[in-house]
Amino acid sequence: MTATQAAPTNEIGRDRRRKEDQRLITGRTRWTDNIVLPGMVHLAMVRSPFAHAKILSVETSAAKAATNVVAVFTGADLADEQGSLPNAWPITPDQVTPPHPSVAVDRVAFAGEIVAIVVARSAAEARDAAELVDVDYEELPAALDLKEAAGDAVLAHPDLGTNKSALWVFNSAEAGTGGNVDEAISKGRGDGIVIEREYRQQRLIPAFMEPRSVVVDPTGEQVTMWSATQIPHILRFLLAAVLGIPESKVRVIAPDVGGGFGGKLQTTPEEFLAMVIARRLGKPVKYTETRSESLMAGHHGRDQWQKLTLSAEKDGTVTGLKVELLADLGAYVALIGGGVPVLGAFMFNAIYKFPSYHFQVQTVLTNKTWTDAYRGAGRPEATYAIERIMDELAAELGVDPIAIREKNWIKHEEFPFTTVAGLEYDSGNYEAATTQALENFGYDALRAEQTQRRESGDPVQLGIGVSTFTEMCGLAPSRVLGSLDYGAGGWEHAAVRMLPTGKVEALTGASAHGQGHETAFSQIVADRLGVAFEDVEVLHGDTAIAHKGLDTYGSRSLVVGGEALVRAVDKVIEKARPIAAHLLEASVDDLDFSGGRFTVRGTDAGMAIGEVALATFAAHNLPDGVEPSLDSDATYDPVNFNYPHGTHLCAVEIDTETGQVKMRKYTCVDDIGNVINPLIVSGQVHGGLVQGIAQALWEEAVYDDTGTLVSASFVDYLVPT
Amino acid sequence: MARIQLTVDGASVADDVEPRMLLVQYLREKVGKTGTVIGCDTSNCGACTVHLNGRSVKSCNVLAVQADGAEVTTVEGLAQDGELHPVQEAFRECHGLQCGFCTPGMIMQSIDLLNENPNPSEEEIRLGLEGNLCRCTGYHNIVRSVQHAAANGGVS
Repeated sequence: MTATQAAPTNEIGRDRRRKEDQRLITGRTRWTDNIVLPGMVHLAMVRSPFAHAKILSVETSAAKAATNVVAVFTGADLADEQGSLPNAWPITPDQVTPPHPSVAVDRVAFAGEIVAIVVARSAAEARDAAELVDVDYEELPAALDLKEAAGDAVLAHPDLGTNKSALWVFNSAEAGTGGNVDEAISKGRGDGIVIEREYRQQRLIPAFMEPRSVVVDPTGEQVTMWSATQIPHILRFLLAAVLGIPESKVRVIAPDVGGGFGGKLQTTPEEFLAMVIARRLGKPVKYTETRSESLMAGHHGRDQWQKLTLSAEKDGTVTGLKVELLADLGAYVALIGGGVPVLGAFMFNAIYKFPSYHFQVQTVLTNKTWTDAYRGAGRPEATYAIERIMDELAAELGVDPIAIREKNWIKHEEFPFTTVAGLEYDSGNYEAATTQALENFGYDALRAEQTQRRESGDPVQLGIGVSTFTEMCGLAPSRVLGSLDYGAGGWEHAAVRMLPTGKVEALTGASAHGQGHETAFSQIVADRLGVAFEDVEVLHGDTAIAHKGLDTYGSRSLVVGGEALVRAVDKVIEKARPIAAHLLEASVDDLDFSGGRFTVRGTDAGMAIGEVALATFAAHNLPDGVEPSLDSDATYDPVNFNYPHGTHLCAVEIDTETGQVKMRKYTCVDDIGNVINPLIVSGQVHGGLVQGIAQALWEEAVYDDTGTLVSASFVDYLVPT
Repeated sequence: MARIQLTVDGASVADDVEPRMLLVQYLREKVGKTGTVIGCDTSNCGACTVHLNGRSVKSCNVLAVQADGAEVTTVEGLAQDGELHPVQEAFRECHGLQCGFCTPGMIMQSIDLLNENPNPSEEEIRLGLEGNLCRCTGYHNIVRSVQHAAANGGVS
């Protein structure tokens, strides 16, 4: 009754093929939209075609009379019940936050906002009847352009009197983390260098492949929600908090979830409406969005104007950095909303030793789709801008862009290093990553070719891009998040259940949607507990099973959730130790634990952890006062972020006659610490690279001058193929 | 309503369907073949790709009535007697999937590609799969998966 397979000696660093894949490659999947419940009815949304309009009337009688329509709800019908969608991160005490009803009551603030909900026996009938809802609008002027909106020329929400939501400022002189940036810039204007630039971070759409879907099953007082979400635990808490349903009555399940990239780190109008309507009707309901709805109404990302002023001495040593951002919130302040650019506040100084720093962001309301986390959430935006301006500094001085970076970056012997933004970087070796990247890339040869092409006037020119980065990852330290007025902690929870057959269930509060947690977390448990990889089952994404957690975003699952799991495993071993000693008739102090076995030092006697689990289950012969259970849990809250870094190099051929861009070579060297599964990690890097390349070359959420999203299908929103 | 009769993954099925019902809706809602998924409204993403009489089609672009009398194979019909199809095995081996939502379509299109061209170049694979979108992998390991399947006996 012990582990059925030979325990491996070391699982960490193995290219394990994924446990998730069997169901995904055979189509035996558990997407939310697959769920069918007896008596289930379907929702279709009637959405505003206008960016900003008063709702004069909503005529529903034709829709109500349509075949198999069960009900039609308007904002007026649900006004008392729906509450306001939550913003969990008010970045300043005086942040202007418009109320955000799930279904608009008397005014719509972006094209795509829900104005009515049709419930029918099939999704097709619900959509047909949605066409019969007649909404009378009075169009209002729309605030669309970010810069113009920041000047309050047209108000996105007239009642608020301003589009300016919050001004968040960090100043190193006030924080005591550095000098006065205005003095540095003034000095630079005198006898050094000052570079001022403005960069645009275009609006992007996460464009996860699985459209969002939600199913709600009310059974008596209890209610279960399945949702294509990254955050089942946060969603459960907020459903309870906003709607006043006891949290203990709500179960949220994130079954197989088809990608997120931050786009499913949200509590959505559709989820709240499905919950309210299912409870009101007493029937299970389902809503699955179309792709156009997804692109139009799921939150967008990025969308900043970035003004940077960098000062340096004549030799290229940086002396100050001033960052002034405008960030487009869209029509409402989303769950993390204004916090996204604040995450960037800590990253503009990047890997460099700036003696002075000033950052400010003005978040701005407009009549466009709300924005929130997308792939890196504020931090890639910062990396883009600082690396662009470091290139400008190199160009100003006529030196190689690598050389200017090396002159200013933190040297590996200087870690741990407290930055001008107040973070303590624990480690880094920018020299090693860059040297390796240059070698792999063949940097010198490509530079020589670039020179040759320029001199010969070749119509196809070679461009070479250079970028370093670091990111604050492992979003966790609860105290730090608290100091930034973030509405939650950042710990993660894990539990380990020892089954009497020697199998192990590992529960994690992280909630995977493509990252391979079932595989990587199995490797961690197998390695630490000395059981077979195949004998570990990872359970996640269900608040009734993995009952406690803060979910998956911000590069946190492995570094926070994985460590919680390690600590839970260690507790299992410590609970097993006195039981093993008792059964082996040895002293606890004489036991060693290795490779999944307790052994009595100096003897052949020993027993496997699975045998201890069986004996504990039987509980016939336990030491006095010891509980008959090895099950353990742990909640881990790190004291700092972690700081992966890397150097990326890209060569592109640009046809100067046609503008055609062809990527010739891309090399990256990332230092990401201990790798649990290299196969999974390299896959994540590939995917991230292509999303970054797509931002550079193709993707943008484009609005016309009436506030209609033009790129509202995959015909126009150019996800790379 | 129109009466259709067809073979889905080797089993004969017959139903009355609305003339406007798409093949993908028929497969998911009437036959329970939820392995085939819907990712867009515009036949761009290819997540719904199945084989119709042995050739790949985007099943959101075919009416169920057009499949009357046809033989349809979905991702659920590939594995035989518990043995994965070589292309399924290749996707697992080469980590050609992450969230897995595009995977049914990717696998069905890859099989069609290999049926046409048993030894495709990298360029031919990328071209052959350009009607199928993936947001997670950056395609690198999907291309490797198809190459792996080709090198290991292809689709036979």
